[in-house]
This record gives sequence, C-alpha cells and structure tokens, in this order.
Amino acid sequence: MNAIVSLRGLRKSYGIGTPVETEVLHGLDFELAEGEFCALIGPSGSGKSTLLNLIGLLERPTSGELAIAGTETRGLSEQALTVLRGRHIGFVFQFHHLLPAFSALENVMMPSIIEHGVATAQAEAVAFDLLDRVGLKGHEHKKANQMSGGQQQRVAIARALSLSPRLILADEPTGNLDTHTADDIFALLREFNRERGSACLIVTHDPRLAARCDRRIELVDGRIARGD
Amino acid sequence: MARPKLPFEFLVALRFLREGRMQTALILLGVTGGVAVIVFLSQLISQLQATIIDRVLGSQAHVVMRPLEEVNLRASTDPASSVLIEPRAQRLRSIDQWEAMVKLAEAQPRVVAVSPVVSGPAFALRGRASKSVALVGVEPDRYRRIVKMDTYMTRGAFQVDGTNAIIGIELAKDLGVTVGDKMFLRAAGGRDELLQITGLFDIGNKDLNRRWVFTTMKLAQSLLDLPGGVSNIDITVADIFDAQEVSERLQAGSGLTVESWMTTNSQLLAALRNQTVSNNLIRGFVIVIVALGISSVLVVSVVQKQKEIGILRAMGTSSNRVMGIFLLQGGLVGFVGALSGVALAWGLLQFFSSVYRTGDGAPLFQPQLDTGIALSAALIALVVGVLAALIPARRAAKMDPVQAIRA
Ligand SMILES: Nc1ncnc2c1ncn2[C@@H]1O[C@H](COP(=O)(O)OP(=O)(O)OP(=O)(O)O)[C@@H](O)[C@H]1O
Ligand SMILES: [Mg+2]
Repeated sequence: MNAIVSLRGLRKSYGIGTPVETEVLHGLDFELAEGEFCALIGPSGSGKSTLLNLIGLLERPTSGELAIAGTETRGLSEQALTVLRGRHIGFVFQFHHLLPAFSALENVMMPSIIEHGVATAQAEAVAFDLLDRVGLKGHEHKKANQMSGGQQQRVAIARALSLSPRLILADEPTGNLDTHTADDIFALLREFNRERGSACLIVTHDPRLAARCDRRIELVDGRIARGD
Repeated sequence: MARPKLPFEFLVALRFLREGRMQTALILLGVTGGVAVIVFLSQLISQLQATIIDRVLGSQAHVVMRPLEEVNLRASTDPASSVLIEPRAQRLRSIDQWEAMVKLAEAQPRVVAVSPVVSGPAFALRGRASKSVALVGVEPDRYRRIVKMDTYMTRGAFQVDGTNAIIGIELAKDLGVTVGDKMFLRAAGGRDELLQITGLFDIGNKDLNRRWVFTTMKLAQSLLDLPGGVSNIDITVADIFDAQEVSERLQAGSGLTVESWMTTNSQLLAALRNQTVSNNLIRGFVIVIVALGISSVLVVSVVQKQKEIGILRAMGTSSNRVMGIFLLQGGLVGFVGALSGVALAWGLLQFFSSVYRTGDGAPLFQPQLDTGIALSAALIALVVGVLAALIPARRAAKMDPVQAIRA
C-alpha cells in the first residue's frame, strides 16, 4: 500500500542558536498508509503535537525527510507547502478552532473558499450534507460561539472533511469533551475513514479510544517507544 | 441566508472589520474626520482664494502695457536735455506705434483679448461739486473682454459714442446725477466738455465707482491732449497665472513697460501662497495622523486575530493572502471613511456658508463641493489606508500559525 505520510530520521529542535536549544523529536522513522486509522499516544510533553504540526506542514523539521502523498517536502517553498496542505490535509484541533465571525456552514465551506477563491454552489451543497452527517441539521447558520463544545467539534470535523482530504490530523479532538460526546466524535471520524478512505492520525490520551484504532504509535520523550 | 458571494479576501476582511465593531467604528470616525477636514479646508481656501483673485481681477487687466517709465527715460538721456523733459513728465504720453503693439499682443499665444485705452486725470463738475476722476476712453467691444462691464451695469448698456459717458453709481450719487443728466468734465490740461450720462455701473468697489468715467477713445484723446494716441494697452490671458510669462514675453518684444496683475499684486500673491503652504502643512499632518490611527488599530487587530490567522493558514491560506486580507481592511476603511468624510465636508460647507456671510448678506463662500477635490481626497484616503495597513499586514503574514494553534 502507498504511504500518505512517510518520515525518515525526522528531528525537531526549538530555540536553535539560543542557550535554551532543545531537541523535541530525536529522529523518527514512521509511515502511515493511505486510509489507515492510527492513534498517536504518549505522555504530555512527549512531542505528539509537534509531530502532528510537522506532518501538517505548519512547521518545518530541523532535519530528516518528510513526504506527504509521495511529495518530499524538504526544500519546498512556503507557497508550495501551503498548496500541499490545502489539497491533502484536514485538521481537527483540540480546541475546535472555528472562525468565530463565520457561521457553521461558512466554516465548513472555508477550505473550499480558500481553494477556489469564492464560495461555490457545490461547496455549499457539500457543507450542508456534511453538517447533516455530523448531526447539525438546522444549526447551519449559527455562529461558532453560539454552539456547545461538542457541536463546535462536529463542525470542525465537517470542515476537515469538506475537501475530502487524504489525510486527517486530529490533535486531541475529544480532549475537552465528556465521554459520551467524545465517543460520538470518535465514531464520526471512524465512519468517514471507512467511507471515504481518508487516513487519520489521532492524538489521544484516552486508552479506550486508542484501543479502537487500527494501529497505535506511542511517543515517549521524542522517540517512538512502541508501534504496532 | 445566502451563500457568501464575495471573493475570499474580501469576505474575511469584511467579517474581521465587522467583528471588531468598536475599533472599526473608531478608525472610520478618524478617517471620516480627517478627510472632512482636508476636503473642507481645501474647498474653503481654494474658494476664498478664487473669490479674492476674482475681486482683484474683476476691475483689473491681467496684463497692462504702458509707455516706458519716465525714470527710464531720464536715465537714458543726458542731463543737458533734462530741462526739456521736465514739463513732459507732467503730461500724458502715448504708446509709440500703439496699433503695431496691439497687433503684437494679439499675436501672442494665450492672449484672448487686447484693448487699447486712453486714460488720464480729470475733474467732474456739476453745480458747486467738483470730483477728481479718471477719464477712460475705450472701444466698448474690446474693453468688455478685459473688464466684464456688462455684468456691472445697473442702468443703461456699456456703449459709448459722441459725448456720451458712463459713470459709477458713487460718482452719480456724489454729483446728484443719473442717466439722462449732463455733467461737465475738465481734463487736467484745461480742456473741457459737457457729457451726457447714458449708463451707470457698480463694479463692487467704491473707489472705482467714484473715479471711472468711460467715454469714447476719441473724446478722451481730445480731452487729454493725446491726439491719436493711447495711454495703455490692456490684455486678458486665458489662464490668469500665465499673465507673468506673457507679460515678460511682451516686455522683451515691445520694449514697453509691461506689468502683469501678478507683479502689481505681488503681496497678495505671496499671502495666497503662504496660505496654500499652511493648508498643505495641515493636510500633511492630518494624513499622517489618520495613517497612524489606521495602522495602530490594525496592529492591535492582527494580535487579536492571531488564532483566526493560524486557522486560515492551517486550512491552506498562503501568507500572501493573509497579508492581502489586512491590506484590504486598510483600503476599505480608507475608502468608506473617505466617502463619509466627503459627505461630512459637504454638510460642513452647507452649514458654514449659511452661517458666515459678507457684510451685504451674501454667503462668504459657495456651498458646492469641487468634484476634483473630493475625488482626490477619496483616492488619497484609499492609498493611505492601504499604506497604513502595510506594517500590520506584514506582521500578520509573518505570524507563526503553530503559535496561534497551540495557545
Ligand atoms: N515553540 C516551542 N518552543 C520551545 N519548546 C517547545 C515549543 N513547542 C513545544 N515545545 C516543547 O516541545 C515539547 C513537546 O511539546 P508538544 O506540545 O509536542 O507535546 P505533546 O506531546 O503534544 O504534549 P500534550 O500531551 O501536553 O499536548 C515540550 O517539552 C514543549 O515544551
Ligand atoms: Mg499536544
């Protein structure tokens, strides 16, 4: 199977050139196959978010190789990284991170608006459909801050899926939700993964949820301690 | 709710502005005030200056050609003959070959009207009243293109022939005469004539209304003992500020004394220039202050929108487009502020023109807004808005999306 994400000897240091220079990731080797549903676990401060941000092309590694959908990202321009990110990757963050000035529907359409420059009728239809699928029918025109945390996270999932990306990166998507809501959100991700074949890399502290993934990778102190 | 129609950058820029309601309102207020001050001041000053120049030039030729000054004549003549010259200094002198000089003036580019004039001192007498006046002999058809006499006539038309004369309303009042009456005129040299008053004018200047007496050139020539001659040639140019250049060219070409209104009124011109300079200074300060206002509000907004910028970046927005969003905000604020500023300036003009009036009750300035001034102010506000947004926009573009998302 093809790898959607592939890393070789990936290192990340912060504070380079300052007295407080610290290496957070110490040379990771790892592959995520197309359509794979994988949990990223590990203690706080082990570098999970850092790894996710690197894979999401929001940050550049200090050294090592990182390929997304077969494209080696080292040496790519900021612009090229932006294009790659927009085309292949959907994010779900812990703190939902919706745009508060926009409605649920507009938030879901936003990746498409960015991609096409304007809101297309097709994007609108897709957004309506996705909001329906995440159980938010009738809430399309609510502003983000008029919704509960669980509802906002559903919008965020719908948004991550709106361009049918090949890779979804979720950093503790259920981190600040109650168990019941967390299960719902997790089930949604799983459902879309099965249905559309989007690979998912999900950071979680919840062993129950991790157990329900195809695969688990454990990070400890910036190294892969266990991967099955 | 309809699907948003605007392009991405506009959509986000407008939402950001709408979200920061208070800030947006404040900076719009700032731009509005700034634009209004600039437009209002510019309009006011350009109008007042135009009025002043109009008043000055309403009764004055743009350029006047005269015989060489006596001083020049003396300097170029040897002392022995000065005895001969002394009495001539008292007398009026004609321009040599004035017909040729008229042709020369008419041939100059940017000259629109040329009028030979015979003028000199005289006394107007009636009963026991005796008034010192200036006798002005003209060809009305030429002279009305120098001074718009037709618009000043209160009785009769600006036409003279035979022994007809046109006088100002003040002189008429002083002598107790009106149209149809007769008036005795004695020139300084002693020649006199009984004149028939056929018209009255009000030039808007008491002194001139008291002094000018218009007759035919022929009559003035004979009264002033200037047979076939003219004392000066009056010239109108297309653009009043061409006057100096035209006069210098004519001076060189004719060898006569040629003066433009700009030389005769050099103090007035200097005052007007100073006024323009201080107006520009005020404009400059206002622009800088408005730009600083826009800039500082947007800098704050960039910090506040850190999270949103991070989200937009994570969803595939390039840093250039983020920059565009903030430049647009500056431009939009500038543009909208300019529109309301022009509207406010218009309102101020209406208000002040109804409040401030001249002694005779006419408005001190007209309430119309010059389209050119309004448009250029709007354009400047737009450009200043975008430029002021440059620093905040670059900060937004450089912002690390991860920083925003982690927080
Ligand atoms: N910008 C930064 N500058 C310096 N150090 C950083 C920076 N970002 C992260 N770190 C450090 O990198 C390490 C890993 O952080 P990271 O956020 O990836 O951990 P995590 O596994 O996601 O933890 P958590 O489970 O609490 O979210 C931490 O020690 C953190 O202090
Ligand atoms: Mg984390």
